[in-house]
Amino acid sequence: MKLGSVTYASAIIGALWGGLWMLITGILLMLVTGITAQPPMGITALIGAVSGLATVSFAPSMRTRQWKILRALCILAALMIFTFAMPFGATLSTGPIWNVIFTLVWVGVLSLSLDLCLNGYVGGATNRYRLEVLFLRVMKGVGFVLFSIFVLLPFYVMVMTSLKSQQSLMANPLDFSIDFAQGPSKLFRSYIELFTQYDFGTFLLNSAIVSVITVVITLALAVPGAYAVARLRFPGQAFLSRSILLIYMVPAIVLVIPLYAVFSQAGLRNSLLGLLVVYPATTIPVALYMLQGYFRGLPTELEEAGLMDGLRRVGVIMKITLPLSLPALASVALYVFMIAWNEFLFAFMFLDDFDMFTLSRGVVSLNSSEVPRQHLMAGAVVATVPVLAIFLWFERYLVAGLTAGSVKG
Amino acid sequence: MTQQATPPKGIGPMAKREMRLAYAMLLPTFAIVLSIVLFPLLANFWISFKSVQLADLRQAEIKVNEQLRPKPKAAGEDVILRYRVRNSSQKAPVSDVFLRDTIPTGLIIGAVPEICTLTARELTCDLGDQPAGSRLEIKIPVTVEQSYLDAGVRPKDQPMQVSGTSKNVLTSFDFTLDNFRKVFSSSEFWTVLRVSLYYTIFGTAGALILGLFAAQLLNTAFFGRNVLRGLFLFPYVAPVIAVAFAWVLLLDAGPGGTFNAMLQTIGATDGPINFLGRRSIPFDMFGFTFEFPMALTTVILFEAWRYFPLSFLFILARMQSVSSDMYEAAEMDGATPLQQFWFISIPQLMGILAVLFLLRFIWTFNKFDDIFLLTGGAAGTRTLTVDVYEQAFAVSNLGAGAAVAVVVFIVLLFFALIFFKFSPQDDG
Repeated sequence: MKLGSVTYASAIIGALWGGLWMLITGILLMLVTGITAQPPMGITALIGAVSGLATVSFAPSMRTRQWKILRALCILAALMIFTFAMPFGATLSTGPIWNVIFTLVWVGVLSLSLDLCLNGYVGGATNRYRLEVLFLRVMKGVGFVLFSIFVLLPFYVMVMTSLKSQQSLMANPLDFSIDFAQGPSKLFRSYIELFTQYDFGTFLLNSAIVSVITVVITLALAVPGAYAVARLRFPGQAFLSRSILLIYMVPAIVLVIPLYAVFSQAGLRNSLLGLLVVYPATTIPVALYMLQGYFRGLPTELEEAGLMDGLRRVGVIMKITLPLSLPALASVALYVFMIAWNEFLFAFMFLDDFDMFTLSRGVVSLNSSEVPRQHLMAGAVVATVPVLAIFLWFERYLVAGLTAGSVKG
Repeated sequence: MTQQATPPKGIGPMAKREMRLAYAMLLPTFAIVLSIVLFPLLANFWISFKSVQLADLRQAEIKVNEQLRPKPKAAGEDVILRYRVRNSSQKAPVSDVFLRDTIPTGLIIGAVPEICTLTARELTCDLGDQPAGSRLEIKIPVTVEQSYLDAGVRPKDQPMQVSGTSKNVLTSFDFTLDNFRKVFSSSEFWTVLRVSLYYTIFGTAGALILGLFAAQLLNTAFFGRNVLRGLFLFPYVAPVIAVAFAWVLLLDAGPGGTFNAMLQTIGATDGPINFLGRRSIPFDMFGFTFEFPMALTTVILFEAWRYFPLSFLFILARMQSVSSDMYEAAEMDGATPLQQFWFISIPQLMGILAVLFLLRFIWTFNKFDDIFLLTGGAAGTRTLTVDVYEQAFAVSNLGAGAAVAVVVFIVLLFFALIFFKFSPQDDG
């Protein structure tokens, strides 16, 4: 074996992947099956280091499929011998199938990571360029894994908690295994209770009504406004197109006290109507800003042709501008919908009666010691699923909308 | 004599029509923004100079209870028609109170108190000014006739009119500086301001760095990139209540907390760590003891987690628009990948990073929901925005809350000025 920077790097990379994958598969094993595991990260890091060294001692052309299978078998054998046949620190008799599956998964991902990282590298010295490429490969790999976990873990906990019962969670908080044997009515008990006892049907309907009407009002007001700012000349046009941004930097918390005071005395508080006044006001500046940017990008000639052919301005907007800007309208509509659906502060401050609650307000009302936590999480899932579904369905438009206007928080 | 052609001065009829059209199209937007954003902004200043409690929003009003005592059973009985008058507010007086009522038929009225006058069956009482919390009874002796008992119309069934004017604390012209004095003199205020700045600076920086890192991951094309991009946007798209509570449960220190159980199983910690409830954890380094702000760090991490998708999207979009020529040239010159990142990518991204930082800075400073839902402002995580809520609605002192809100707005104005000074002139 030739010594040199790649040799050392391969050992470090192998140790890193061996330990990291053991940690992840070990925790996954616990979450999925409820087995209490003690992932032996030190031993697996060592095994990973050795297999990394072994990988770079062979020339890339020699690492055939048979060679890789042999390496995997060696890794498996080493794991079994050094952990005394307890790959996850738990005896194989507790859930033998799961133990075997996760052990194989560990061997598989470790081999794959080694191959992806060390592909084309042989032991010995190398130049800085190739060393940095190696470093970046590892960083990317670790980055993907950690980022995905970091992003998804809270969502995973949210969904799984909503399917568990309070007792089993308290007994083993790491056990997120789903017991399908209990039947769907028990599995989805939290959801059924939310809709039968906690009025979540009403909340869902309220949220939908408020969000959709907000979108309609916002578009109805922002389209002419944006058109005027983008196309018509008038004193203050330049000032307006710049100061729109300023308006939506005004924090909601500064507005909430006066609005609370005025709405209380005007009787608009504790009504969906109050929200329908406030939401469009906060979304119109964003929508206007996004739309005027898009309108500016449309060729003026088309509109001028329309004007020459005898269309009035309204006709031009309805028959030429709007059909051309359907993608932008979709972006804005989705973005506004998302803001209105997720809005918390005003819903929380204004709504007191259960039959008025939007989902945001409804979920907060579940946050008490009397309501079991799986109900709270089921409520969170109910609030999240529609907006995530819409997001995934129209991802292209929403991403465009987000990048166009989402300086907003 | 030749007529010199001059360009038209002022605005011609065409331009005027265009202007009128533009204003008409902008009118609804102006109206709603003025009434829901600008008016409250000014009103907030107004309220901050007033001594207003949450309870003052309920207008003082006169409540009257009308009864016939004892309950008449037979004709010819002498009973008392009694009005119990009460000012519902404990603080605000009501002036010029009048009571008007129609006495049911079948009751013969004896002597009427001198503040009241009776014309036919209409009773009018001038109650004058009623101080806060006052109570008063008007007793009128009446004789019951058979027709009253037969008709079954009770005094309560007759509509009664009570009028009076009470001062609305919001519209009065009494001003005070007490709110500001209270806000600035409390020792807590400066802690709150400091926490706000820490939260804003580190939250923004965290979100930017995570976003930059995520954008590097997804910059190259590979199978499943779009799926991963969608995934990375989840934290931002999901409702704040859902993700905040998911984090609260995940980090729970009591039995049932997933993350603590994980740490203990691996052997990283001995006991549970109260991530969101513990103000600070002392640790020793070089012989000094430092206080590590636990809850604040967790809240900042949440902020970075929730908003990295935004910076990620912007940075990714910018990176994909950098032409590959530059990288190819650098490659030819033998630049290593890290050198390329440092000397090509970072300078190219500087503009968008600066804009993102300033905008996110302002928006993080404005953020209320996240901290409110995670900790409620406890354990050293109270920022200015949470303080507004605490003062106005938890302590019920609207005036003090508005005063803090004014501070928020002024700090923000300062940031916005900086932003507009440094923002690039093109719409980036």
